[in-house]
Amino acid sequence: MGLTGISLVLFLIVHAGINACVFADLVDPEENGAMFNKAAHFMGSTVLIRITEIGLFAGIILHIVQGLLLTAENKKRRTVGYAVAYTAGSKWYSRSMGLLGTLILLFLILHLYHFWASARFTGRGLEPVTYNGVEMHNMFGLMKATFSEWWVVIVYALGCISLYYHLAHGFQSAFKTLGVHNKRYNAMLSSLGYGFSAVITIVFILMPLSFVMGWVG
Amino acid sequence: MLDAKIPSGPLETKWTEYKGHCKLVNPANKRKLEVIVVGTGLAGASAAATLGELGYKVKAFCFQDSPRRAHSIAAQGGINAAKNYQNDGDSIFRLFYDTIKGGDYRAREANVHRLAEVSGNIIDQCVAQGVPFAREYGGLLSNRSFGGTQVQRTFYAAGQTGQQLLIGAYQALERQVALGNVKMYSRHEMLEVVKIDGKARGIIARDLVKGTLERHFGHAVLLCTGGYGNVFYLSTNAMGSNVTAAWKAHKQGAAFANPCFTQIHPTCIPVSGDHQSKLTLMSESLRNDGRIWVPKKKGETRKATEIPEEERDYYLERRYPAFGNLVPRDVASRAAKERCDEGYGVGTSKQAVYLDFADAIVRYGKIEAGKEGKPDLGMDEIIALGKEVVKEKYGNLFDMYEKITGENPYEVPMRIYPAVHYTMGGLWVDYELQTTVPGLYALGEANFSDHGANRLGASALMQGLADGYFVIPYTLGNNLAEEIYSKAVETSHPAFEAAEKEVAARIEKLMSIKGKQSVESFHKRLGKIMWDKCGMARNKEGLQQAIREIQELKKEFWSDVRIPGSIDEMNPELDKANRVADFLELGELMCQDAYNRNESCGGHFREDFQTPDGEALRDDANYMYVAAWEYKGEHEWTLHKEPLVYEVVKPTQRSYK
Amino acid sequence: MEHYNMNLTVKVWRQKNSRAQGNFESYSVKNISSEMSFLEMIDVLNEELIVEGKEPIAFDHDCREGICGQCSMYINGKPHGPWQANTTCQLHMRAFKDGDTIVVEPWRSAAFPVIKDLMVDRSAFDRIVQAGGFVSVNTGNAVDGNSIPINKDAADASFAAAMCIGCGACVAACKNSSAMLFLSAKVAHLALLPQGDPERKTRVMNMVAQMDKEGFGACTNTGACEATCPKEISISNIARLNHEYLRAGLTAEK
Repeated sequence: MGLTGISLVLFLIVHAGINACVFADLVDPEENGAMFNKAAHFMGSTVLIRITEIGLFAGIILHIVQGLLLTAENKKRRTVGYAVAYTAGSKWYSRSMGLLGTLILLFLILHLYHFWASARFTGRGLEPVTYNGVEMHNMFGLMKATFSEWWVVIVYALGCISLYYHLAHGFQSAFKTLGVHNKRYNAMLSSLGYGFSAVITIVFILMPLSFVMGWVG
Repeated sequence: MLDAKIPSGPLETKWTEYKGHCKLVNPANKRKLEVIVVGTGLAGASAAATLGELGYKVKAFCFQDSPRRAHSIAAQGGINAAKNYQNDGDSIFRLFYDTIKGGDYRAREANVHRLAEVSGNIIDQCVAQGVPFAREYGGLLSNRSFGGTQVQRTFYAAGQTGQQLLIGAYQALERQVALGNVKMYSRHEMLEVVKIDGKARGIIARDLVKGTLERHFGHAVLLCTGGYGNVFYLSTNAMGSNVTAAWKAHKQGAAFANPCFTQIHPTCIPVSGDHQSKLTLMSESLRNDGRIWVPKKKGETRKATEIPEEERDYYLERRYPAFGNLVPRDVASRAAKERCDEGYGVGTSKQAVYLDFADAIVRYGKIEAGKEGKPDLGMDEIIALGKEVVKEKYGNLFDMYEKITGENPYEVPMRIYPAVHYTMGGLWVDYELQTTVPGLYALGEANFSDHGANRLGASALMQGLADGYFVIPYTLGNNLAEEIYSKAVETSHPAFEAAEKEVAARIEKLMSIKGKQSVESFHKRLGKIMWDKCGMARNKEGLQQAIREIQELKKEFWSDVRIPGSIDEMNPELDKANRVADFLELGELMCQDAYNRNESCGGHFREDFQTPDGEALRDDANYMYVAAWEYKGEHEWTLHKEPLVYEVVKPTQRSYK
Repeated sequence: MEHYNMNLTVKVWRQKNSRAQGNFESYSVKNISSEMSFLEMIDVLNEELIVEGKEPIAFDHDCREGICGQCSMYINGKPHGPWQANTTCQLHMRAFKDGDTIVVEPWRSAAFPVIKDLMVDRSAFDRIVQAGGFVSVNTGNAVDGNSIPINKDAADASFAAAMCIGCGACVAACKNSSAMLFLSAKVAHLALLPQGDPERKTRVMNMVAQMDKEGFGACTNTGACEATCPKEISISNIARLNHEYLRAGLTAEK
């Protein structure tokens, strides 16, 4: 759980970094998503990254399978439940990782349909765009179109908030599972975990918000 | 009847000589010999583990849900050992001497010297097991002083020494369980000793979960079942601590020695009402820093903090200027009782005295201020610094006090009162820890041998582990060497059948009374009689009266006790009834013993035998003996005397003025 | 401290034996002093039940001073009741007020079957210790206690872990019924000392295997165990256990 979790955390860093390219538009209004489209093209056309993508999907699936097995196994360990639940000793999101994970998965399906499926297979809503003689997908345009509807933006925001809480527990939990017991490092990792979760979430929410508000594009 | 089997020769070589010449059992034969160990406290767990390691087939029993719960776990202060790591003049002889003197010259020299000899090995063994004793910055073991001795020989693990030592022994025991050398029976209570041809050959135990009786054979039976302080109902013992195993042994012929020697610990949290179920000890170490006082005015109603200094009576410092607040436990307890009886007691019950840390807080605060180079600090800041120091030293005790009483002892003085803590008396044993029934042994608090009439602090843990780790493996072997030809007896033997039948009949009788009063109410009434008439102070008339009252109470118990539920199930009320029935008989014997001993010594204080200024008056000419009582029938005992011969130590009157 | 008396409703889980179905019963208790301990309140209730000819409530308890680890009630949704760093036997009625309803349940875990009412069978803990929670040193093997100096910080940390009283509150509190805090306290206690070093790898592997066999759940680091532990055993011990386990697993030769 911890190992796959941390590999997904690494992916989030790359994902957020590439997507942040859309904000180049804020600096230079003429830019019109060029930087982002180039970055997306690089990611989509490099063989090594395509191989890594398989690993990523495997990681996601493994993380889900592990989670399901863990939840199922743990559920069996208490056959008769309590009349009054013990809630004060732990955070609600620490106890709700399965629920949060499920919400993230639902969001992920929508998200993959919107972008990944289009770019790879269907080409739905994609215009070609050419930079320096290289033709590539106008992913920026697709984002603009997708995030023109408020309901999509709200669903994305909710998905990202689920991700925040999932990470708030998952980040530090992963390190404990991997055996980091040094008190000093644990304190550092704990702050880093909350900070990382917050930054990732804010960056991701800002994108759809920026499009729908017309700050970019 | 009483042959102590003390080896001849000079005191300091007796044990070495014994070990050099005792009989041994070869490993192949050990596998064929079965040993039953009842009780899994320090003595029982260490004995069961060690005998398992040696290769004996061991069965261990405890009534708790796990062997780790035994009440040794509650010991706070520490364990003595004559290591002399502090280079302050300690030696085996000094530990021996202090223990004999502390016991008011009523213990057996040879046993106590052996205890002192093996004390160092105990520390080594426990360290090797991973017991996390307190250490100095250099990584070596730390010591503290305890109980008025002049050297620092007490090893400790914060305020939880007993817990750590017991867990060490428990882990050693569980290791033997895993290896198959020991079979553990938790939630089992021993209810009878089975004798065949005059030798102890097994026990009848009750599975407390199923309620069924079981027969278990052993070539020898070891009772490591602790003390009987719960005869007083209120004591610092655990709720389940009981005399039943020892009492069954007694009724099967094992003599009971010095039953009246009870230790009343001076610093316990006082009783708060009729609902009280047990008393909690505040470690003796608190008396190093706390000052004990009562108001000078009878029936004082002001709060402690409102009573000015000149209206306080620091009675221990007044009466015993040389030792002050650090007089031994028996002396401190009696002095507190005297003040309360005179009407100077404090708190709602007026049965308490103050243990005040205000002076210590200021003293430590000033030292800290000096260390920090701030000699001009205001009083409030000094007090704040002092509280930090006190917190570091006694924090867990202060927290415990606050949980129980709801009062903050950093702000107001603690209220304390003496409470029953330990019983020096127990089954009579010889040098080999064998009772007067061959094949039946008693270890730890269950026997009588090492503490005389008063036990020194931090010596109970030492004795339990000495008996279990280092004494019984030799002495048991010496006797079992003669048993290698005896085959294990089938438990279908008529002796087992008869014993089981008797136990079953008694349980059925108890259940069939169906009276009106609960077991608890009888226990409370017994406790009150014992505390009032056979407690901290005893006298001739009171004891006679107590004997009559206990006999009456016993009759009432057997005709009016009410035990709900049934036999063949988990039934805590029935378990309790079995124990209280035995306490009722023990109580009578205690009073008889106290009545017989026409002197005051250690924990036994007879009001009719005291010096003009109220100190204990010993009578060495007539009472320098162990009183070993043989059971003859209901209310009937024969006294056997084991004279105490002091070859090395010269008894003197203890004085702490 | 002001004393007061209170009347309460106590809702207790009653279950005749491990095979029987259990259910809650409500009792009203009157004139309970704020100075009583929680178990003394149950004692009062039991005395009343006995006089009324009913069966008293069975519960585990022994030392009543917070150290033996035998008491085990789950009170108002928390093991050992509302106070922090506390055992049931040290909980006092000051924690409640007149008119309160108190719900008392046994530890709930498949690995801790109910024996009767509030009593559960915690022998699984003993078996976990049997799997390796010891130093293999026979009596008489020991060298002098001061022959191996031990860093004071390590000794103190070891002691802090060794303070575990084996009560099982961690399991009762954990939504997964995991015994990781208990197990990790023992592993940490011995791993931090040189005496425990030779068996370090086999100990952790065997103890974890036994824990899984006993039917405890897996740890998801929620922290409920640490929050309820009467001896405040730190959850960092669990991380240390994971460290020991990974180290042992990665370097095992067979």
